[in-house]
Amino acid sequence: MAKLTFKTDSCKGCGLCIDACPKGVLRLSPDKINQKGHHPVEAAHEENCIGCAFCATMCPDCIIKVER
Amino acid sequence: MVVFDKPHALADVPMHYCPGCTHGIVHRLVAEVIDELGIEGKTIGIAPVGCSVMAYDYFNCDMIEAAHGRAPAVATGVKRSDPENHIVFTYQGDGDLASIGMAETVHAAARNENITVIFINNAIYGMTGGQMAPTSLPGQVTQTSPYGRDVSLCGYPIRVCEMLSQLEGPEYLERVTVNSVKAVKNAKKAIKKAFMNQVEGKGFSLVEVLSSCPTNWGLTPQKALKWIDEKMIPYYPLGVYKDRSAKEETK
Repeated sequence: MAKLTFKTDSCKGCGLCIDACPKGVLRLSPDKINQKGHHPVEAAHEENCIGCAFCATMCPDCIIKVER
Repeated sequence: MVVFDKPHALADVPMHYCPGCTHGIVHRLVAEVIDELGIEGKTIGIAPVGCSVMAYDYFNCDMIEAAHGRAPAVATGVKRSDPENHIVFTYQGDGDLASIGMAETVHAAARNENITVIFINNAIYGMTGGQMAPTSLPGQVTQTSPYGRDVSLCGYPIRVCEMLSQLEGPEYLERVTVNSVKAVKNAKKAIKKAFMNQVEGKGFSLVEVLSSCPTNWGLTPQKALKWIDEKMIPYYPLGVYKDRSAKEETK
């Protein structure tokens, strides 16, 4: 299983990572709000993550760290 | 094992770009290439005027802020002052490179200055609030063309890569985009080649990146990426427009 780490406070909630993920791991947090006032991304189904780093490739703010 | 992390050459600060703006992706690609080539200590970047005006805050290499459009001229001076020990790149938007800075761009290309130019084409003036740019598409609605760009009044958008490819000077011209994972990987290859050309002393390399501007296009980040596919790529076809060394090798 891969491990995802987010710099949550830098997330702008654009959702490009969510569309890039082939396994539907990510979602915008429905209840959290970060320092910038956005709903940040979170790993709702981290157990499905295959560590392809597509999310991190598409993240404009470089907030995702992927470990395998 | 770390599969993906922020490159060292990219500063650890939040960027000011709008949500979903692909400037951040291109910044990261440039930083990754600087890391991979191990040239952070001798790289000098030239920031433009436009949305990426604060690019100097986002890279860990040395940066200079140029007057509007003059980045290739500043890069020429920096590069010529110590050509062996400096790697110089400019990072410019379409309002900077294709509008006010057109003369500097064309002449730097004509002289085959040994610099790398990263050109972000998002078909609009982003920072000033979405006015029509020289690269805005025919019929595109902007703040200053509310009925769509009228080509009989405003002329046609400028295809920078095609135009520069007519010159003898430039070494390498390629147009890429960053609207999908595959496209980002291609863009990185192009940016790496553009830096490698400079390291090898081959000359002027320009990579045009078709980029999105969700805020001023009035679209969501996801729809903006689709808009690049549907509207921009038909007018601005992707591909290598000039690669002199490869051409000479095949002769």
